[in-house]
Amino acid sequence: MSVQAKPTEVAERPPSVTVTIDGIAVEVPKGTLVIRAAEMIGIAIPRFCDHPLLDPVGACRQCMVEVPDMGNGRGMPKPQASCTLECADGMKVATQRTSEKAEKAQRGMIELLLVNHPLDCPICDKGGECPLQNQAMSTGNGESRFDGLKRTYPKPVNVSAQILLDRERCVLCARCTRFSEQISGDPFIALVERGALQQIGRYETEPYDSYFSGNVVQICPVGALTSAAYRFQSRPFDLVSTPVTCEHCASGCQLRTDHRHFQVKRRLAGDLPEVNEEWNCDRGRFAFVSGRGSDRLTYPLIRENGELRPASWPEAIDAAVAGLRRIGTSAGVVTGGRLTLEAAYAYSKFARTVLGTNNVDFRARPHTSEEAEFLAALVAGRRLGEGVTYADLETAAKVICVAFEPEDESPIVFLRLRKAARKKKLAIQVVSPYRSRGTEKMLAEHVPAIGAEAISGLTADAGTIILVGERAAQTQGMLSAVAELAARTGARLAWVPRRAGDRGAIEAGCLPNLLPGGRPVADNAARVDVAASWGVDRLPAGEGLDADSQFAAASDGQLKGLIVAGVEPADFASRDAVLAGLEAAEFVLSLETRASEVTERADVVLPVALLETHAGTFLNWEHRPGPVEAVVKSRHTPMTDLRILAALADAVGTPLGIRTVASAQAEIAELGVWEGPRPATPVLPTAPRGGEVTLTSWRQLIDGSRANDGEPALLETARPVVARVSPATAERLGLGAELRLSSATGSHDFAVVTDPSMVDDAVWIPGNFFDGSLGTLGVVPGEAVTVVPASELVSAGGNA
Amino acid sequence: MSDLSNTGVGGTESAHAGEQGHGFESFFPDSGGVDQSDASTNIDDETIAELRELAGRYPQARSALLPMLHLVQSVDGRISPRGIEVCAEILGITTAQVSGVATFYTMYKRRPAGKHHVGVCTTALCAVMGGDYLLDHVCSKLGIRPDETTPDGTFSLERIECNAACDYAPVMMVNWEFMDNMTPEKADELLDRLAADEPVASSRGATITSWREAERVLAGFPDGRADEGPTAGEASKLGLNIAAEHGWAAPTAEEAK
Amino acid sequence: MTDPLTPVLTANWGDEQAWKLASYERRGGYQGMRAALRMTPPEVISLVKDSGLRGRGGAGFPTGMKWSFVPQDNPNPKYLVVNSDESEPGTCKDMPLLLASPHTLVEGIVIASYAIGVSHAFIYCRGEVLHVIRRLQQAVREAYAAGYAGSNILGSGFDLEITVHAGAGAYICGEETALLDSLEGRRGQPRLRPPFPAVAGLYACPTVINNVESIASVPAIVKNGSEWFKQMGTEKSNGMTIYSLSGHVARPGQFEAPLGVTLRTLLELSGGIRAGHQLKFWTPGGSSTPILTDEHLDLSLDYEGMAGAGTMLGTKALQIFDETTSVVRTTLRWVEFYKHESCGKCTPCREGTWWLVQLLHRFEAGTAVDGDVDKLLDVCDNIGGKSFCALADGAVACVTSAVRHFRTEFEAGYSTPAWELFPYRESALFEVREREGAGV
Repeated sequence: MSVQAKPTEVAERPPSVTVTIDGIAVEVPKGTLVIRAAEMIGIAIPRFCDHPLLDPVGACRQCMVEVPDMGNGRGMPKPQASCTLECADGMKVATQRTSEKAEKAQRGMIELLLVNHPLDCPICDKGGECPLQNQAMSTGNGESRFDGLKRTYPKPVNVSAQILLDRERCVLCARCTRFSEQISGDPFIALVERGALQQIGRYETEPYDSYFSGNVVQICPVGALTSAAYRFQSRPFDLVSTPVTCEHCASGCQLRTDHRHFQVKRRLAGDLPEVNEEWNCDRGRFAFVSGRGSDRLTYPLIRENGELRPASWPEAIDAAVAGLRRIGTSAGVVTGGRLTLEAAYAYSKFARTVLGTNNVDFRARPHTSEEAEFLAALVAGRRLGEGVTYADLETAAKVICVAFEPEDESPIVFLRLRKAARKKKLAIQVVSPYRSRGTEKMLAEHVPAIGAEAISGLTADAGTIILVGERAAQTQGMLSAVAELAARTGARLAWVPRRAGDRGAIEAGCLPNLLPGGRPVADNAARVDVAASWGVDRLPAGEGLDADSQFAAASDGQLKGLIVAGVEPADFASRDAVLAGLEAAEFVLSLETRASEVTERADVVLPVALLETHAGTFLNWEHRPGPVEAVVKSRHTPMTDLRILAALADAVGTPLGIRTVASAQAEIAELGVWEGPRPATPVLPTAPRGGEVTLTSWRQLIDGSRANDGEPALLETARPVVARVSPATAERLGLGAELRLSSATGSHDFAVVTDPSMVDDAVWIPGNFFDGSLGTLGVVPGEAVTVVPASELVSAGGNA
Repeated sequence: MSDLSNTGVGGTESAHAGEQGHGFESFFPDSGGVDQSDASTNIDDETIAELRELAGRYPQARSALLPMLHLVQSVDGRISPRGIEVCAEILGITTAQVSGVATFYTMYKRRPAGKHHVGVCTTALCAVMGGDYLLDHVCSKLGIRPDETTPDGTFSLERIECNAACDYAPVMMVNWEFMDNMTPEKADELLDRLAADEPVASSRGATITSWREAERVLAGFPDGRADEGPTAGEASKLGLNIAAEHGWAAPTAEEAK
Repeated sequence: MTDPLTPVLTANWGDEQAWKLASYERRGGYQGMRAALRMTPPEVISLVKDSGLRGRGGAGFPTGMKWSFVPQDNPNPKYLVVNSDESEPGTCKDMPLLLASPHTLVEGIVIASYAIGVSHAFIYCRGEVLHVIRRLQQAVREAYAAGYAGSNILGSGFDLEITVHAGAGAYICGEETALLDSLEGRRGQPRLRPPFPAVAGLYACPTVINNVESIASVPAIVKNGSEWFKQMGTEKSNGMTIYSLSGHVARPGQFEAPLGVTLRTLLELSGGIRAGHQLKFWTPGGSSTPILTDEHLDLSLDYEGMAGAGTMLGTKALQIFDETTSVVRTTLRWVEFYKHESCGKCTPCREGTWWLVQLLHRFEAGTAVDGDVDKLLDVCDNIGGKSFCALADGAVACVTSAVRHFRTEFEAGYSTPAWELFPYRESALFEVREREGAGV
């Protein structure tokens, strides 16, 4: 996102070689494997162990080809595995299409692979999309000559709560173990035993613990690995596939969503080399059923005599309009992370044109005005390619992560950094309170720090990329320090938010200081620009209130009404402050998919259709647009945020001007990005540390987030909720197995992990701990907390 | 040999066992890892210190994993769950990775081995020269099948593959010491003496100690018995002796010039 | 013309406590090392190259050339790994060598390490040979104490660590890249090549892997010169080597002879086939080398002679079987060995040996059906030359060579159990009482 363009020097073209495959000459970069070269000219060689993103292993021996000439005039005496053979200049290769030897070798290999493969196909999840089944049909014999005894095992083993292994079906291609070892760095599954008994194994008391475990199901070339979530749910040929962009974080994965009978059955990683390559995380794969619970809102609600009651849409719209008229411009809009770019744009425009206010903010989390300034100065109003991309991470000389834990907060960024560290020896520094598993897996240097104090001491240059997470806003001065470091050293800077909708919300202008396209509210020309485009006389001047301020103002009676969409109060710095604001406001309109602490306090609740029925766009952290297609198409037009807001605007009498995703996209495109002067970057001093014990925290990927609801196997794979302290701090505080962490407004007990890498005089807890969050404790990282041994309290009989 | 037709652990099906044939296993309910039902262990701080010492002997610590597992066996009489966990912890690898190694090599035992671990070679040459009959004989004498341990814990039995002593076929091993040119009678005497705790010398090795003590040596902690036993067995010296009889020798360096 | 037997490596096997340093040095031990340390490393490599020494572990690759492949400009440490995992059925030469004279190997290691620039040498010895490992451990300790290992060896400025490492039971670890993985504390499964170990072996550093006998031959070569070595053997197969005679012979044992000796000579010297019996088939160098018959008694037992007969010199493990032996049974037991020892990495070996064993069981039991010989051969064809390493090739070679020489015996398996055609008790070296014969 930095303003510097990408380095422009043209990469030197790697030397190439020409290889002739089945009589067809093809020029390929040196180092290309024969199997890849064959793909380039449309020749498919059957394979099982080969996977373009895994290191070659040559185990299954299915891809045998004949090599009559190695390029030196001599042929290879034996058939060769094309997945491990590099092309040489002048090499001649004969595949199964032109070589009887290769054809027989492949036919024989299929027969051998089936020697110990059970005839499970009719009951196997993979049947219908199974490489073994398909290649047995294309390459194998019609009948097996093997009539002996097959190796058998008891049926499936749970390698984790989510992943099941059927050893009989396994062809030992080692894709799963290579994935876990090479790609994600979680070698909790391994080849065990040997010979015909070789199998994939896990250690019984240490399950396959990985945020990326679902990928092994997807790359398994047989039905040996299945997920608890999808097992026996459907046949592949009954599914309809739709490409979508994942809504769980700002990585921007392309997914393939498969549905049947108007219900999503599974999600797979899509194939988007620029972003997620062919991987995704388990949250993105498995967490898609949260809208199927009993709390799903399917009809509008209006408050009558203090109680919410069902209402028809026209009645509810009328009630909402009455409320909006009552509050006039004394209104605020708070949006959350589930919104697409187009939906966020609708809220932004609704606030400005229908309500007439700049009180709009997407930051349903701790936030500051320093952050708003930072975003306006360095993030908003950029196009893809003007800033850092995934590809840049692989070519950087160094990457520094600040207030950003990639594995938890942007898993695909984590995978890419690990890949660069493994393959290209990328130097990575992670500035964080303790050396996490993710830090170790990125082979990164850990810079222990909890505030901004370490940042000015970091070394960086033009080859450095700084990835700063949204958590930087929790520490006063950190974003300023990061911006200063980048400016001083020429390092490139990228801001990586946690939620899928955040980057789009900034572009949409869901900030009190920004209009769409990164236009500063304070800039008269910018306002004129937008007003003209929107066909309105003028836009409200003066920066609006941020989300916290809106709730505070509502509590004080300074703000009459709130429109809230996709927001969980517990995600904010103080849940209590949000609830107080909602309760005090004269009128609260909630647009939501499921009942929540907001809908409970709303005066009118308008049910929003689930994302799987929406179309639109998510902008990922790179600012790359990721299309979202409506997956489940029912007869009824879904009530999306955009459609509801348009209806409200119509009813109020100030039409929004857009009512479809296409019209919103057209407007956004027409507006373009701000070409005028950017606001200055913030310059704030670094905040002092909290106190005797400073709180540090981030949210773990699989936590009590409501988006993870309804998928028990996924939740079972969540990492344990623990509090981390350094040994010295544990000793100083006299901590035993459990501690009690208290803020001014609450307390919670945690199991203690003493971690030598943890900074002293600080405690780390996950931002969400299932039965609570930092917001419910009302405390923000960087602040002081009280930590005492929990056992002491229990033994003293006290339990706050 | 008929009673060996189902000797394999878990072998519930026997394909083509003829009177003299032997079985073919195909169902493996217990494969995949060590026995988690037995959590007992003798690993203490001293063991852990020795395991760490082994890890320190190599340029990269993981190289010590095989010796470390030998040491685990010498302490716990098998690869114990605790042994796997301790190795994983010391080497900074996962328990699954250690398990993958522990289950790959046949010298690592999932169930407690006997005080004396008896091997009978039945790879082709030894089998043909009498190894099959020897194994049969030892099975009936001990009342156990291969991969089992006598109830009193004195003997465990393994049908071993070629042990590099083919000129002494048929071969047995006790605690990985050579027992050359075996016959059923010699096997009886050997087992009887071991059962009675009488000293037994290996044909080309030391006085038999115990399997656990042997494992400790293999782990890299010598037991001071290297000087026991002969320089070589008679078969090893056969060519040397024949050359001496004929006065044959390699040329001298001077002759070469 | 050299003598029919030329004890060099085995010369001290009759000595009292030959395994001790003092005994070894009394016979001139470590003179080769002293001589080598006075030379430059390239000179030592040239000398070994000139001698024509070829690998004694089976493949017969020129040892000096292997050493010269190590890139001397590579900044990483260099390693020497001695393959002492002797496990090929029939092979039994390295273990008696290490038992009797471990210092011969240690001296060879010091010389080779000096020549290659190795700073740390490993002796990877199979684990199932306790006393061999005891003597190796002691010999290395003695070498350190005498200043032949450790830092600044004999004031030469050359430093060398030597580690004795016990394996844990896996034939495949005799395959050099599997051995490296095993030595790194992993499952012993072969690695992809390239990169070759000389460039990226142990810990991805330049590594030379040599058989025990190859390295043990080096001290004598350095001491006596390459011409001395070349005086023995044939034109392309130089020097002396250890032949291991086992099976149905009057007197099995080790014979150190110039390369190129014939089996007929060795049998004559040792008293022939066991009394009252005739030779039926034999292996020239372990079970992986295609079998030969009495037609091949006069072949030169060297690399070229064996290749010319469609087999390999291998480890020179001459396993002799007489006419009482069922070739079907023997083949089955070899293939069972390969099934047991298959590492499981690749399909043809893992699944192929599983299938072959079942097929061969039928031949043994007389329950094979017409056409099964062709099926057996076709399955072998689908395995051979397609596997990741040579293990499966060995499994296939013993089957196809057995069928080639004894097809009718396999076809007899369509109707008659092997134990009826060849009563197994007849093959045993001891008298089988009724009890064992009938099963208990």
